[in-house]
Amino acid sequence: MLQSCPSLGADCVILDLEDAVAPVHKDEARRLVAYALRCLPFDGVEKVVRINDVSTPWWELDLEEIVPAGPDVIRLPKAESVENIRMVDNRITELEKANGLPEGGIELHILLESAQAVENVAKLVRSCKRVKGVGLGGQDLTADMGIRKTSSGDELAYANGHMILAAKAAKIDCFDSVYTDINDGEGLLANTRKAATMGFSGKSAIHPSQVRIINQGFCPPEDILSHAQDVIAAAKIARTEGRGAFSVNGKMVDGPVIRQAMNVLAQAGIPCNSEEVLP
Amino acid sequence: MTMVKNAAGRLVPDELPGIGSVRPFEGVTGVAPSPAFNTIMEVKRDVVPMGTNKIAPDLRTAIERSGLCDGMTISFHHHLRNGDRVVAQVLEELNCMGFKNLVLMSSALLECHNFVVDYIRSGLIRQIYAPIRGAVGDYFQTENEKLPPVIIRTHGGRARAVEEGSIAVDVAFIGASACDMSGNMTGMSGPSAFGSLGYGMQDARFSRHVIAVTDNLVEYPLRPRISIPQYLVHQVVVLDSIGDPQKLATGSVRITKSPTQLALAYHAYELMAASGAICPGFSYQAGGGGISMAVTQYVREYMQRKDITGSFALGGITADMVSLLEEGRFQALFDVQSFDPAMGASMLRNPTHYEIDASWYANPLNAGCMTHQLDVAVLGALDVDVDFNVNLLTGHDGYLRSGMGGHPDAAGGAKLTVVVLPSFRRGLPSIKKSVQTICTPGASVDAIVTERGICINPRREDLLKQALDSGLNVVDIEKLRQDTEALTGVMDPVEFDESRVAAVVEYRDGSILDVVYGMKR
Repeated sequence: MLQSCPSLGADCVILDLEDAVAPVHKDEARRLVAYALRCLPFDGVEKVVRINDVSTPWWELDLEEIVPAGPDVIRLPKAESVENIRMVDNRITELEKANGLPEGGIELHILLESAQAVENVAKLVRSCKRVKGVGLGGQDLTADMGIRKTSSGDELAYANGHMILAAKAAKIDCFDSVYTDINDGEGLLANTRKAATMGFSGKSAIHPSQVRIINQGFCPPEDILSHAQDVIAAAKIARTEGRGAFSVNGKMVDGPVIRQAMNVLAQAGIPCNSEEVLP
Repeated sequence: MTMVKNAAGRLVPDELPGIGSVRPFEGVTGVAPSPAFNTIMEVKRDVVPMGTNKIAPDLRTAIERSGLCDGMTISFHHHLRNGDRVVAQVLEELNCMGFKNLVLMSSALLECHNFVVDYIRSGLIRQIYAPIRGAVGDYFQTENEKLPPVIIRTHGGRARAVEEGSIAVDVAFIGASACDMSGNMTGMSGPSAFGSLGYGMQDARFSRHVIAVTDNLVEYPLRPRISIPQYLVHQVVVLDSIGDPQKLATGSVRITKSPTQLALAYHAYELMAASGAICPGFSYQAGGGGISMAVTQYVREYMQRKDITGSFALGGITADMVSLLEEGRFQALFDVQSFDPAMGASMLRNPTHYEIDASWYANPLNAGCMTHQLDVAVLGALDVDVDFNVNLLTGHDGYLRSGMGGHPDAAGGAKLTVVVLPSFRRGLPSIKKSVQTICTPGASVDAIVTERGICINPRREDLLKQALDSGLNVVDIEKLRQDTEALTGVMDPVEFDESRVAAVVEYRDGSILDVVYGMKR
């Protein structure tokens, strides 16, 4: 399937060295992932490698094998403290230097999997410049909180909201966790639309068949997109006429509403120049 | 055997043993009205004296009464696919009776017919007209020294050949899941119901003697539906079983669950939508393969979303097509072969789920061939080449693996022909510089869709523009071939023995499109 990943429609592919790999197979998995990174064409799909967390004996070996193979992103699970993240950041920097790779070229995505990590999220996402993305490890987090994970995800509403706010403030991406029922396309679509509404930048898929539905979920509905296009068109005219506020389809429009409309267009992949529309 | 180069660039014989001179393929437009007349053979049919009891006590008696002699031609249909038991029982009886040198014609011989090899060796069979695979295919490519090449025809080509008299059937053995004492028969009802009897219907009209073979003799008259009427049937034989209809829907007739195949199916749907082909009143054929069925699923969602009603769906009919009919998304289904035993029940309850014969379906020379009315055909392939030629018959190892079905017929007729296949299977590339066996000429293929993108035939500039305007992932087929081979490597050529032609591939108009050679020993 790795050979076909460019054709599945995902923005990133995550090659896992953590939970998907039994301890006895860690060495061979590491070598296979490094080989795949070097030899397979990913055609613009971001290559993300989830390494083992810093409490294990494997995380450093993972980095030593993987970093020279040139991943785009290292995904660090169970990111608990600023110190943990900086330790990983430093080791990546050393390996980048040793292998002639551009320093800081490899991004770091961190996964929050405990209540304490969620509480500290604002500090964690600013722990180093390399952190460009954050997500919740829903299963571990609910276990840590002593609650049951449900398909609605309501029990994680606060944690998600807290994390999204921190990510937005730090201007990095935040990713929703997986929807585990691979046979429930409708549930996945509803779940994805909710994630998009909340402000997640993306969502992890647990099976390739989920990718198209997730992409669909992040694409704004036709009526919202149509209204946003009307707002942008009217904003261009208003700007040339020097008006700061105006109405579109009976609703008042000002700077914040224009910025929201620009976000909708961005989600749909439609370019929009802010200088042409903002007052 | 003298070989000449045809319009597809293939060396083909200009004469065949047991047949005489044949003409090489001259291009897909060779189907245009030349000759100007569709010659219908003069059929001499046995007369059944008034008052004759048509029910034969057993198969042997029926064969004796049919007047079958050594060297004559017998025919079968393959509507029960790998569940068929009619061919086995008839050939066993013929062999026991000491027949020799019969010509066997079937709409297909599948893996369940591997035993035919035994009857070639025993001298019962001297020539075969059928798509072959499995042990029979292997025999012709590795062992055969005495039999002439197998003639492989499309479904429409077979109907044409029978109708014009290129082959005359002496005795047709037609399996039926319900039959009455006068020979009215169908495949729609009864415990062994298999659906459409489209191939049998054609044989019944053009054979000297027709024997209905059934495991379900019903009270006269057969009801509620008759597929082949009693006036075409000379005898009725009742067997314990004609086969297992549950084996109809095996193998290639289930919707795919593979993520990459679903991705390519989605690309194919996107191309259809971008071309504007999915519009009110459109007509559609999708193969029975898992990928084609996935395309149909996306087409269905689009039709629901846009509230589109199509005209008809055609071909091998699957259960998903019946859903489309019953939802009102298509006005009618034209069913020449059912890929699900439940299609019989559908034809009985849905008045516009029509059963059609093979000629109506795809004979290019008749006055109303349905494949010529297709707007869209979505078809599978074993592999394709950079000239958009499609191979349906031979596997990567060179062996005969499958039949052509109505693929060249649908491609030849449809306004938009989309061939869907993964860029590689089991590590072996699907896009070749040149396919081993041309079955559907590239001139009748508009697009080849893989999970890595959409390749559009250069002669369809309009389609290319529509695809690009819609932002679809269009790729050059030569680049796709190279990219795929960068992953898979390049296969070594198969070592054929070009002094031995195992099978001849006939285009739908009767010209010779390609040959399949024997394997080097």
